[in-house]
Amino acid sequence: MAKLIRNRRVADDTWLWLKPDASGSLPAVPDEGDVIVPLSLWIERREALLSRKGRTGVWLDSKEGPEAIVPNLGLLPLVAVSFPVFGDGRGFSTARLLRERYGYHGEIRAVGDVLRDQLLFMARCGFDAFALQEGQDVEDALAAFDELPETYQASAAEPLPLFRRRLPQTERCRP
Amino acid sequence: MYIYDEIDQRMVDERVKQFADQTRRFLEGKLSEDAFRQLRLRNGLYIQRYAPMLRIAIPYGLLASRQLRKIAHVARAYDRGYGHFSTRQNLQLNWPKLEDVPAILAELATVQMHAIQTSGNCVRNITTDHFAGVARDELVDSFVWCEIIRQWSTFHPEFSWLPRKFKIAVNGARSDRAAVEIHDIGLRVVRADDGAIGFRVLVGGGLGRTPIIGQTLREFLPWPHLLTYLEAILRTYNRYGRRDNIHKARIKIIVKEFGIERFRREVDDEWAQLKDGPNTLVEEEVKRIETRFTRPQYEKLPATDRALERLLVRDAAFRNWHARNVHPHKVPGYAAVTLSLKKTGVPPGDVTSEQMEAVADLADRHSFGELRVSHEQNLILADVKLAQLHDLWQEARSLGLATPNIGLLTNIICCPGGDFCGLANAKSIPVAQAIQERFDDLDYLHDIGEIDINISGCMNACGHHHVGHIGILGVDKNGEEWYQIEIGGNQGEIRPGLKASLGKVIGPSFARAEVPEVIERLIRCYLDRRDSEAERFIDVVHRIGAEFFKEYVYGKADPQSPRRRRHLAVA
Repeated sequence: MAKLIRNRRVADDTWLWLKPDASGSLPAVPDEGDVIVPLSLWIERREALLSRKGRTGVWLDSKEGPEAIVPNLGLLPLVAVSFPVFGDGRGFSTARLLRERYGYHGEIRAVGDVLRDQLLFMARCGFDAFALQEGQDVEDALAAFDELPETYQASAAEPLPLFRRRLPQTERCRP
Repeated sequence: MYIYDEIDQRMVDERVKQFADQTRRFLEGKLSEDAFRQLRLRNGLYIQRYAPMLRIAIPYGLLASRQLRKIAHVARAYDRGYGHFSTRQNLQLNWPKLEDVPAILAELATVQMHAIQTSGNCVRNITTDHFAGVARDELVDSFVWCEIIRQWSTFHPEFSWLPRKFKIAVNGARSDRAAVEIHDIGLRVVRADDGAIGFRVLVGGGLGRTPIIGQTLREFLPWPHLLTYLEAILRTYNRYGRRDNIHKARIKIIVKEFGIERFRREVDDEWAQLKDGPNTLVEEEVKRIETRFTRPQYEKLPATDRALERLLVRDAAFRNWHARNVHPHKVPGYAAVTLSLKKTGVPPGDVTSEQMEAVADLADRHSFGELRVSHEQNLILADVKLAQLHDLWQEARSLGLATPNIGLLTNIICCPGGDFCGLANAKSIPVAQAIQERFDDLDYLHDIGEIDINISGCMNACGHHHVGHIGILGVDKNGEEWYQIEIGGNQGEIRPGLKASLGKVIGPSFARAEVPEVIERLIRCYLDRRDSEAERFIDVVHRIGAEFFKEYVYGKADPQSPRRRRHLAVA
């Protein structure tokens, strides 16, 4: 079974990421087991997917913002955000919006061209699960979360920017 | 000088460790070439035509003498004993070894320096007016705001993988010496009628292959909202900026495609969600940052200095230098001084380790141990007593740093070009030198008056050729180096009223040897046409149009006449 990182631990990946094959056609949804479906399939066949045996998550392509699934977030234990190439940083905004604006508490998983050296900022943006691109040492990648422990900004992982954390406790949240 | 606190310092130290580990993994083959490329770029490390190039950050161009000494040491120990100041107020080392870079960064960290985000698709060094804090026309000290933005943008978790690089400039004075109109975001400090400080926010300016002047996104942004508003712009750009074509990926393209109205709506919709949130600035923080800047302890001095005035009358060479390289200061009895890095025969912006150490000494003796780098690639001693100007001049002269050419034709802005850069189509440094040699008569230079000549070795425009009064662009024609000439560009409202403008190409390009003659013709046309000495080259171009100049250069009958070109080629 494939390995991934969840909550800073190596874990088995029980989810099937359903994505178009080389010819562009989508494999059939299995009758049971956990599956991550593309946004388009979710929109088209939500009821059928929810009545399957097994959990359903949705994955968003980098160009798909979170807005389309906001009304359904309560139904989704997992949202995956795809990085088609590691330099495509749109998913960082998607994750922050899911966590900070739409209050999503389920798993946000980075999938696709996910590199060890991006995990730290992904985690700060609200990702808590990472399916690394092949060829990387998953155990070794755990060290990434301990780099750059100081942060200036507010983010999904830290509600206050450093300049407010410097203020006395009672002053921090004032407008 | 902004002095780090423990957290600022830890951040830089941890980055050194992180980068050392990335370099180690790359050298051990555990990190792909492509991935390491992106990671090293975020730390200013390029692989250039002949060797790596390391771009060291000089936040908003402000530098302490001990930092300059450290750079001098690094350049000597790990490079060839010199460095190059760039138009983004940074410093580049052209020959470091890849394996040495972690050690270089560790040395820099000991003097609160780094190479963080000096390249890559992230927010780059924040730039500003090189006279910040001392200019007479200043509304606020822009360094404070630059530092606030520097901290906000450093290791920003969401905006480190943008569609393309992102450049922010801040100007805190009435004149714009920071060229805010040609930045991805330009911020101009404005004071409202009630005295409140805010920013006029410009967006979508930039040079490169699609030069565009920035547009006003918001007329007045009260200062507490600075970071939430920046966050809204950056998020809009990160989500909607183009990623399908590297040449269309800067924010200016999406602003153009959306139109400013729609872009503003998108930003405002996003901002409505962020406004008044935790990133809203508080007065304590602005004050805290302000107090972490060292401030010169000025003496109470008379506004004029008798001895200085006598020397100015007596010594014509000193007078020339004073007229060009000494600038008014808001504190009586002080002046700001530009040390010219534009001596004929020296690549513009280049300084040797020995010069750096000597300049550090000058800064200690004459200017409270601090200096600035200007985007025109010169060094500034910002707080010099009038009574010390003559001594300083003599010392600077013996170092080759007193060329009295600030604002004049030979103060050329120039990228490293084909001598160093892997992207260049043509060399730029020899062109600058040939022009400087042609115009080596000081009286003639002073007669010509203020003019900006900017040279880029390719259309990426690191030498800002679009906004030179005369812009020179190196182009490749079937493997040969040719040079296109533009006129009428202007970097910004240095004088109130004359906004930034982009130059227009005057016609077919020239061989390198022809360029000085072309410049000479443009200058002769200007001298013929000007109303008075007060009317500058750029004013005449704007008044009479580029056509006259074109005719002067190419000849009236047939601008593309092959005979004329041959004639020029042997001129």
